[in-house]
Amino acid sequence: MKAAHKLLDAVRPHFEEGGKLSKFWVVYDSLETFAFTPGHSTKNGVHIRDGVDLKRTMFMVILALVPALLFGTWNQGHQYLLSIGQISVADPLMMAFMDKMFIGAVKVLPLVVVSYGVGLGIEFLFAGMRGHSINEGYLVSGMLIPLIMPVDVPLWMVALAVAFAVIIAKEVFGGTGMNILNVALTARAFLFFAYPKQLSGEIWIHQVKASADAGLLADGYTGATALGHLASTVGKAPTDAAATGVMDMFGTEGMFSLTNSFLGLIPGSIGETSALAILIGAVMLIWTGIGSWKIMSSFLVGGLVMGLLFNLMGLNAYMTLPAIHQVVMGGFMFGMVFMATDPVSASQTERGKWIYGFFGGFLSIMIRVFNPAYPEGVMMAILFMNVMAPLIDHYVIQANVGKREKRMLSTQEATA
Amino acid sequence: MKGVHAMRPRPNFAPRKVNLRELMSRTIRIKKGADIRLKGRPSPQVEAASATATYAVQPPNYQGIVPKLEVKEGAAVQAGSILFHSKEHPSVKFLSPVSGTVKRIQRGEKRRILSVVMDADGKGESRSFEKIDPATCDAQRMKEAMAERGFFPFVEQRPFATVANPEDMPRSIHVSGFDSSPLAPEMDVVLAGREAAFQSGVKALQCLVGGDAIHLGSRKGQKFFDGMEGVNLTVFDGPHPVGNVGVQIHHTAPINKGETVWTLHAEDVANLGETLTSGVYCAKRTVAVAGSEHASPKHMTTTLGCEVKTLTGGSIDEESVRIVSGNPLTGSRTEASGHLGGLHRQVCLLPEGNKSKFLLADGWLGFGFDKFSLSRSYPTWLLPKSKEFTMDTCNNGEERAFVVTGQYEPVFPFEIYPVQLLKSILANDIDAMEKLGIYEVAPEDFALCEYACTSKIAVQSIVREGLDRLMKELG
Repeated sequence: MKAAHKLLDAVRPHFEEGGKLSKFWVVYDSLETFAFTPGHSTKNGVHIRDGVDLKRTMFMVILALVPALLFGTWNQGHQYLLSIGQISVADPLMMAFMDKMFIGAVKVLPLVVVSYGVGLGIEFLFAGMRGHSINEGYLVSGMLIPLIMPVDVPLWMVALAVAFAVIIAKEVFGGTGMNILNVALTARAFLFFAYPKQLSGEIWIHQVKASADAGLLADGYTGATALGHLASTVGKAPTDAAATGVMDMFGTEGMFSLTNSFLGLIPGSIGETSALAILIGAVMLIWTGIGSWKIMSSFLVGGLVMGLLFNLMGLNAYMTLPAIHQVVMGGFMFGMVFMATDPVSASQTERGKWIYGFFGGFLSIMIRVFNPAYPEGVMMAILFMNVMAPLIDHYVIQANVGKREKRMLSTQEATA
Repeated sequence: MKGVHAMRPRPNFAPRKVNLRELMSRTIRIKKGADIRLKGRPSPQVEAASATATYAVQPPNYQGIVPKLEVKEGAAVQAGSILFHSKEHPSVKFLSPVSGTVKRIQRGEKRRILSVVMDADGKGESRSFEKIDPATCDAQRMKEAMAERGFFPFVEQRPFATVANPEDMPRSIHVSGFDSSPLAPEMDVVLAGREAAFQSGVKALQCLVGGDAIHLGSRKGQKFFDGMEGVNLTVFDGPHPVGNVGVQIHHTAPINKGETVWTLHAEDVANLGETLTSGVYCAKRTVAVAGSEHASPKHMTTTLGCEVKTLTGGSIDEESVRIVSGNPLTGSRTEASGHLGGLHRQVCLLPEGNKSKFLLADGWLGFGFDKFSLSRSYPTWLLPKSKEFTMDTCNNGEERAFVVTGQYEPVFPFEIYPVQLLKSILANDIDAMEKLGIYEVAPEDFALCEYACTSKIAVQSIVREGLDRLMKELG
């Protein structure tokens, strides 16, 4: 490793002020500090510092995303093979494993590359302009974005969404740590509102339209997601034939059964389908203390409470879906574990986190069911709660301020 | 109250008659905080440090002091002679700890006085003061006596965490009976055999504020303060910063806006008692000389402002070892040729962390079994509680914006929102600072927050800035 460090030291003068490549100092600096924790020692204040830094913290989140990423890659291949009838649901899951991984990787890797390429490119640009060093925030956002994309989304759309999210949601507010909205969700919301037709269309299973045109599509495959199917039942009576037809898909034998939804063997965004893979990530985040267990648990409770309330109402077929089934479907779990817990855009007070999480979960299910135009209620709910988080914190802090004022007054009374 | 479990109902902080016996058994357990388990804790063994050639009184050690010299270079001084006083409060006088001559007056930028260095003559001549019986003294006379004997520099006030203004009438006086910081001296060792002096010191402070208003915090199981009269004793239990006087004030008699309290180090209370009753200036310092780079960490007795090298002994390669006067979290960097800080009771030798670390080996991505971390992304929390760690002075990362939340709160045992308070300081929002409770805190109370910070933010200096700004604003 000494050789590597010598090399870095040797090229360093080119990047320093006055060097030929001084414009690229940010790039050099970020690479060097990535490879070697710099030998900066403490100056004023504490003389010893904890070993943890933002790089390690962000890396832990990326590790926690790996199960969802790997499963998502496999599942996209799995869904494709199912959709063209090359395998059936009765076949063992491990069948054609490499084929599935390959098909998935061909779709997922370019998304990851585009997301990091565009996002980091913009980050480097802004850091260079501002004379900052690169903050590690985008390392996580850059992985989150591909995982919440439909598999066949055009790459230029992703690039555009990333650029929009990084510039508008983050850099204009001052960069990492300053943003109000979750960056990855902003990218998703941008696509949702800018290209609604394409996003609700046939991009959720690889080449589903081509397969349909060629007459290859297996029975029951329309390319719609679970939430898309469910949204179609809203406005119809629970007993309506079309509605019961959809609900059958969610029965124990159906395509979107509780087991399939939990394991993630259903079409959907790349990383969001498997509650199991996401929960493995959740365990890692809670274990390392990086993801807030308070937000995760209250988010889950919020979703279950809303789901149960709907079960009690039972006004349409969608409402009758068991609460537990609601929370393992769509982006709920992914949003709960990886989006709502983003420390920058979430509530920052410990008490606030309970409230923030609860309403995040509650609203996710509410929006999903009440407004079929927004099947992905989780995205809307979390972005909404991102906006509300400062307000929640304000009241939590005001309670503390009020307590202190009250204490002062009571002392004054006692001494008067 | 979150994080605190009082075995008895929490005392009302309004002045009231208290039953001594009831107070003796009051225990407050503080859960928030962390003990950083550093290698090289001092053994209870006490050694007298040899006399040094020079001693120094350093104005920057005392917060908010602008010195006005009363001596010139070459002047002869005795122990107890006045060297300089505070420009703002002339009764805050700084005395020479030894007899000899003023060797030099060291100045820094803008001719700011950094240190007044004395050549000790080893004769031990001392200015003699009138002997005072603290039991028969009124407040005014006691203040004058303390000012004359140079004890106000050792009295800190809150709010603002600066040297106290002798004209103030504090609501109460607080003394922490133990030090919980990493590698701290054992207070029972520091005070051993000085029961009578400490008791006289307490009586002296009683003259200022009355009997109920002297608060003393002792550690669970600590024996020294048993039977001490005239103090409001509270027993504390828990991890660092439980020994910080600010934490103890917050949990016994929190400071409200408009109130002033004074705090003293327990050894200075004993020194005050001794000076008053003997008539000879006592500036004793019992110092923990500790740290992983010290061969035999122990306690040493010496005098205010002594040379650091007499404490550390041997020769130290200062390229690879950092000498800290004070504790590793709040102390200041010094050299072997430097002098012990005026309020410090610790000298720590820590490995210098100025070498870069490869990411997978000992860098940010290593397993880190040898690192003490409060983050569970390192395995510290799985290792046995008895394991001690060698920590170098590496920053372990670069400064970043606030990202991670919920990190300061577990090590900050105040009912105050630390991050929000810091942000109000950064935003220069005086009103918010006041509302968020800046009156109650000193930079040292935030030391663990700074230690734990993922974003490597200079928390203590931000708090200092906020306190200074507020003080300026309020005049």
